[in-house]
Amino acid sequence: MEFLSLNDAIEHHVNNGDQVALEGFTHLIPFAAGHEIIRQGRRDLTLIRMTPDLIYDQMIGMGTARKLVFSWGGNPGVGSLHRFRDAVEHGWPAPLEIVEHSHAAMASAYEAGAAGMPCAFFRGYRGSDLPGVNGNIRFVPCPFTGEELACVPAIRPDVTIIHAQRADLKGNVLIEGIVGVQKEAVLAARRAVVTVEEVVDDFGPCISNAVVLPAWTVSAVVLAPQGARPSYAHGYYSRDNAFYLAWDEIARERANFLAWMRKNVMR
Amino acid sequence: MTYTPVEMMTVAAARALGNHDICFVGIGLPSAACNLARLTHAPRICLIYESGTLATRPDVLPLSIGDGELCETALTTVPVPEVFRYWLQGGRVTVGFLSGAQVDRFANLNSTVIGDYARPEVRLPGSGGATEIATACGQIFIVMRHGARSFVKHLDFLTSLGHGRTGHERRELGIRTKGPTLLVTDLCIMRPEAETCELVVTSLHPGITREQVSKNTGWEVRFADTVLETDPPSESELEVLRDLHARTARAHGAAGGSE
Repeated sequence: MEFLSLNDAIEHHVNNGDQVALEGFTHLIPFAAGHEIIRQGRRDLTLIRMTPDLIYDQMIGMGTARKLVFSWGGNPGVGSLHRFRDAVEHGWPAPLEIVEHSHAAMASAYEAGAAGMPCAFFRGYRGSDLPGVNGNIRFVPCPFTGEELACVPAIRPDVTIIHAQRADLKGNVLIEGIVGVQKEAVLAARRAVVTVEEVVDDFGPCISNAVVLPAWTVSAVVLAPQGARPSYAHGYYSRDNAFYLAWDEIARERANFLAWMRKNVMR
Repeated sequence: MTYTPVEMMTVAAARALGNHDICFVGIGLPSAACNLARLTHAPRICLIYESGTLATRPDVLPLSIGDGELCETALTTVPVPEVFRYWLQGGRVTVGFLSGAQVDRFANLNSTVIGDYARPEVRLPGSGGATEIATACGQIFIVMRHGARSFVKHLDFLTSLGHGRTGHERRELGIRTKGPTLLVTDLCIMRPEAETCELVVTSLHPGITREQVSKNTGWEVRFADTVLETDPPSESELEVLRDLHARTARAHGAAGGSE
């Protein structure tokens, strides 16, 4: 583990063509890190995320992605992710290969990755058309009961990036609130970068079962206050729901989207 | 008191829930109905959102399934893999509340694409939790606005299993949960017929005619032998629902959460 600037962390740990997971289930979405990836002009990434959300809409629209692995690609409570739709429906700015799952499958696949397993078994996809469009969804019989179970390959990102509330001076990381799949996504990855709201001397008295990722599971810690906005950081700032509503209009047309990105992200 | 068709739909959906339900809640219309039930006749209902928030009691409707409000008012918050494995797959949920872009006569749902999967006319968000919610919960309630483009003869894509393309697929696949038992729309209430599992109209909302329902349904919709008239929303139901929406709009800084 080393403390790095955001610029250095992305430069050292995210390469063209990598499989990259930026996780955070609505809460703690690592926007600052995603924006740095866009600014550094990474290309041909395989983006992995259960809910692509605005951050992948932006990364797809700016041409960083070749492939997307996901399970729900909308703007929560608002509607479409227009840049994601434009890429899938019209191939703009580049064709986007998609590997589509359900949430239960993605969550299980991250767990399998963290557990060092090649695949995950679960009771899923029954009666759905999804196995017909994703060759990575298979069915195998339980060796004990014969029940047909769904099976998907483990997710093993080259690099996982998450945002957390705090790190201590040793680089241990603390996450509270809706903890999502971040622990699994970090432990499943070859490298992990964590941006944090603040670095503290030590965590002090905290609830003993809050999620703590030991420093030796993390490649780099980056101090990035407000790094989850317009998502949120429990205990620091709340979700900017008005911005999520406004994004619908910002991202609807290509020119408007590009102008917004130039002004607010590429600066 | 006058009311809108969407208010009628939300109230009718809320009435289907009870104090003993453990309910897995989808965002949008289902979330409004579930919280209306909690704030009126079912104060002890347990609401679970897929962000891992168990027994949550939000004061305003969340815009996303993971708003901080849900975590702050929950009994406990568990990791996302746990909510799907232990709570949903483990069989701890009595009712799943879903919606979709398309529904067919056997209550199968499409939330994936309109048109061809490889070259879609409209790319929709996809499954999220819905595919497994549809088979793991004790039963499924669906809430959707009625319309000929969304109530279709053939789904473009089957994301979440209702009773299958034949009406009997659940049994054939060895699925023991009931599947969809109720579909509430802005025009009527539909339930699957006992033998065929085909959705039939069991109740019309006040002022709605059979012709309106037929015109807005893409298959030749059938009506139960006895078709009731849905009780209109009461004053107190409307008051609680409108207060909830007003609080939500203020909290989101725009006209959010209207559905």
